Amino acid sequence: MSKGILIYSEISADEYIHTVVFELSSKALELSAKLDNTPVMALLIIRPDLINSYKEAFRNCGFDKVFYVVDERFGVYKNDLFAEAAIQAVRQIDPEIMLIGATCQGRDLTPRISTALGTGLTADCTALDINEKGQLAATRPTFGGQLMATILCKKYPQMATVRPKVFKPTVENVTKDTAFIKLSVDLAGFESKIEVLDYTKKAVAEINTLDSADIIVAGGKGMKNEEGFALLKKLADKLGGTVAASRVAVEMGLASKDVQVGQTGKTVSPKLYIACGISGALQHTIGMNSATKIIAINTDKNAPIFDICDYGMVGDAFEIIPQLLSKL
Amino acid sequence: MKIVLCVKQVPDTSDIKWTENNTIQREGLESITNPYDVYAFESALRLKNKYGNVSITALTMGPGQAEEMLRKFIALGADNGVLLCDKKFAGADTYATGKTIASAIESKISDYDLIVCGQFAVDGDTAQTGPSIANFLGIPQVTYVKEILEYSEGSVLLVRELDCGVETVRVKLPALICVLDNDFEPTRATINGIARGQAAKIERYGIDDIDLGVEQAGLKGSPTYVSKAFRAPQKQVECEFLTSCDDLAHQIKVCGGLCE
Ligand SMILES: Cc1cc2nc3c(=O)[nH]c(=O)nc-3n(C[C@H](O)[C@H](O)[C@H](O)COP(=O)(O)OP(=O)(O)OC[C@H]3O[C@@H](n4cnc5c(N)ncnc54)[C@H](O)[C@@H]3O)c2cc1C
Ligand SMILES: Nc1ncnc2c1ncn2[C@@H]1O[C@H](COP(=O)(O)O)[C@@H](O)[C@H]1O
Repeated sequence: MSKGILIYSEISADEYIHTVVFELSSKALELSAKLDNTPVMALLIIRPDLINSYKEAFRNCGFDKVFYVVDERFGVYKNDLFAEAAIQAVRQIDPEIMLIGATCQGRDLTPRISTALGTGLTADCTALDINEKGQLAATRPTFGGQLMATILCKKYPQMATVRPKVFKPTVENVTKDTAFIKLSVDLAGFESKIEVLDYTKKAVAEINTLDSADIIVAGGKGMKNEEGFALLKKLADKLGGTVAASRVAVEMGLASKDVQVGQTGKTVSPKLYIACGISGALQHTIGMNSATKIIAINTDKNAPIFDICDYGMVGDAFEIIPQLLSKL
Repeated sequence: MKIVLCVKQVPDTSDIKWTENNTIQREGLESITNPYDVYAFESALRLKNKYGNVSITALTMGPGQAEEMLRKFIALGADNGVLLCDKKFAGADTYATGKTIASAIESKISDYDLIVCGQFAVDGDTAQTGPSIANFLGIPQVTYVKEILEYSEGSVLLVRELDCGVETVRVKLPALICVLDNDFEPTRATINGIARGQAAKIERYGIDDIDLGVEQAGLKGSPTYVSKAFRAPQKQVECEFLTSCDDLAHQIKVCGGLCE
């Protein structure tokens, strides 16, 4: 019988366990409590020389078991290779639930696993729960974020992906005797059809600032030009925050794609999100509406952003921000 | 090179109206072509223009009206259209959709080199259908493709844009790729193109044509099902409009935790 909650442990490009893994494990502990404390497990696909250095990261996070498969070729992620390894491993582990971060790698890998195992997958969930029948009830936004659907799965494992930052990682240590178990998979005759020729890493600082910022000053098309974004930067610096952008601003070349917030960008949940010259299209707000407080500056008093913000000011950001700078 | 382009009609999610019972008002809801499928098409078309001897078959699983979308792609430069249309396909999740499209490609197109999908569909935004099709066909996939650099000797060279970096990969054909947004100038239809689109014969297949059992398609063939759908909770705040920069500065400090 399928048992336990398995979390795919992505190793991110900077060679750390991706933070989403610990966000998922804290959620898995909650779910496990509703399933007679079914074990919480991790799956790690890793180069043999690295396993020992990763073991420490899994201690005190509530994992009952960490399964790992090793192969020299696992140093570089390739879809077909990792899918083959994961499929063989998940068959052996036979979990009732499998959770994966909705990162690029997660979204690339997961549908291959679910399809091969003949099961379903609910992508980009924003809430996970166990229903009265003990099934995974996975809730996700559809229709551009306007409709929420709770989805159940008839097959095992019940699989779901969750974006980073949707769940909070557990803060306190959860002391458990974590067992490390090596699984063997047969990849002897496996030849990947994919060849990775080059990988250029984005600066780590660039990637992480949005995730960790308490205050985000975001600009949209209304910030018009580089001068506008320079104002935002000044405001952000004054507040100890960081700058983000709408997709239109990114397309205008005013900000890097790495700081785009929204459906096709990042999900952020800072303490304070200041939206300047952003209309508040759903594809944008879906990425920021969980901010604790939202403040908007917009010339159009009917802009939809005002429907979701706590404080608003109608006016020209190019006049308002300089005044703010002198008052903060 | 033979390309199969998978395209989908989606409801225009920017213009949703709600009934009094908080369900989506479906009448009058406009359908648009999934924007990512347009990006996918533009990438495929550039390959065709660059290498010649490339054919593009636009394929969709959807209602009868989706035929118009296929004609539009033919008007813009695709060669053929295939519509998978059957009541028994209705209610498919991504697993059943992938299975249906893969069966159709296997039984009706068999000879293909590259399958091109959009990275996401904006109605569901699951990004799963492409990889599912690839898995059912047993071919490799490359997702998050920003650019197709070249096609040579049975492989394509691709640039992927990922969370943390940019990757250049080569994949052996046949393969499936999922394409991200790109800023190619959208192709415009010519008068001749439109005429070709209108005159084209769209191949139409139902479940009996494509080697698929009834229990494998549509709702029946779907491992997942929706148990509940509800309107996304609106943030329960009333915006307080401020009129002075002093007040605004004060609230920024309070909300940002910069003062007591
Ligand atoms: C598939 C898909 C995915 C998408 N993904 C994303 C995404 O991830 N993120 C995203 O942001 N968008 C996304 N979009 C785009 C989204 O629909 C909107 O087009 C976009 O968010 C609008 O950006 P904006 O608010 O900057 O521009 P606009 O909508 O043009 O708004 C500009 C605003 O600035 C105001 N303004 C003008 N001048 C000033 C001034 N001087 N001072 C103050 N205010 C001023 C205007 O009143 C207006 O409200 C996506 C769209 C699609 C179809
Ligand atoms: N019904 C369909 N018919 C043809 N292609 C589809 C269909 N559904 C999804 N696709 C393809 O799969 C991609 C991703 O869709 P999704 O998995 O729904 O986000 C789309 O951009 C299309 O290329």
